Amino acid sequence: MVGIDWFLGLSAILFTVGLVGVLIRRNAIVIFMCVELMLNAVNLSLISFASHHGNIDGQILVFFALAVAAAEAVVGLAIIIAIFRNNLSVDVTKINLLRW
Amino acid sequence: MTVYFFIMLAVLAVGSALAMIINKNVVNSALFLVLNMVSLAGIFLLLNAQFLAIIQILVYAGAIMVLFLFVIMLLNVQDEEKLFDKFRFKYLLAFVLAIGVAGQIIYSLAGVTEMLPAISENMATVGTVEAVGDVLFTDYLLPFELTAILLTAAVVGALMIAQHKIKRTEEI
Repeated sequence: MVGIDWFLGLSAILFTVGLVGVLIRRNAIVIFMCVELMLNAVNLSLISFASHHGNIDGQILVFFALAVAAAEAVVGLAIIIAIFRNNLSVDVTKINLLRW
Repeated sequence: MTVYFFIMLAVLAVGSALAMIINKNVVNSALFLVLNMVSLAGIFLLLNAQFLAIIQILVYAGAIMVLFLFVIMLLNVQDEEKLFDKFRFKYLLAFVLAIGVAGQIIYSLAGVTEMLPAISENMATVGTVEAVGDVLFTDYLLPFELTAILLTAAVVGALMIAQHKIKRTEEI
């Protein structure tokens, strides 16, 4: 049987990969997908803790996190569409209206 | 047997995540993210969370990624030509930061690994649809209804943000 530390280690690695993606990519959609990947990594650690305690509350929390992630994806993609309509690009280095 | 399944799914998840962030084509990145979600659903099955594995495939790999692909194809995004073509200080900084974060998490995990609980025996009955629904509609009924309001607000807000400005004909 696989121990809990392997699942938590996999969660940490996936979170780090998502972090690297957020830092090095310039396309806003890919950055957004990397944020989804980080959310999934945290969901994995929540589920592994819930499974190893034999408690269902962690899985309920993951369910609500999924619902909130769906709402966040809808609003985020709408914002990306609105930005694209204004300056015809989703490159985050070219979106500098609010940059100091 | 479980160990082999875990290793296969973990390699698939990490490999598809890495392929997602180094791929220049945005559509390929989105499809690698779908592969990553599916392998994560398999890992949820290994953890006896059957309901969440199905929900992961339905909501993430189904609904959210279809939304992403629609937006990518709607906006006609070009490839990132300048990714990794020359050395940038930014990449080095990102990798150093990521290695720092990963080392911190894994170091803190290694410190508490003997305090972590053993695998629970009653997990086989906890993650089913029956058990999740039983708790969801009794103890967590108020957050469940609030989630419905949140989703409605998100849909209305997204329509408000993304719709074209409607110009009247006499102004044109």
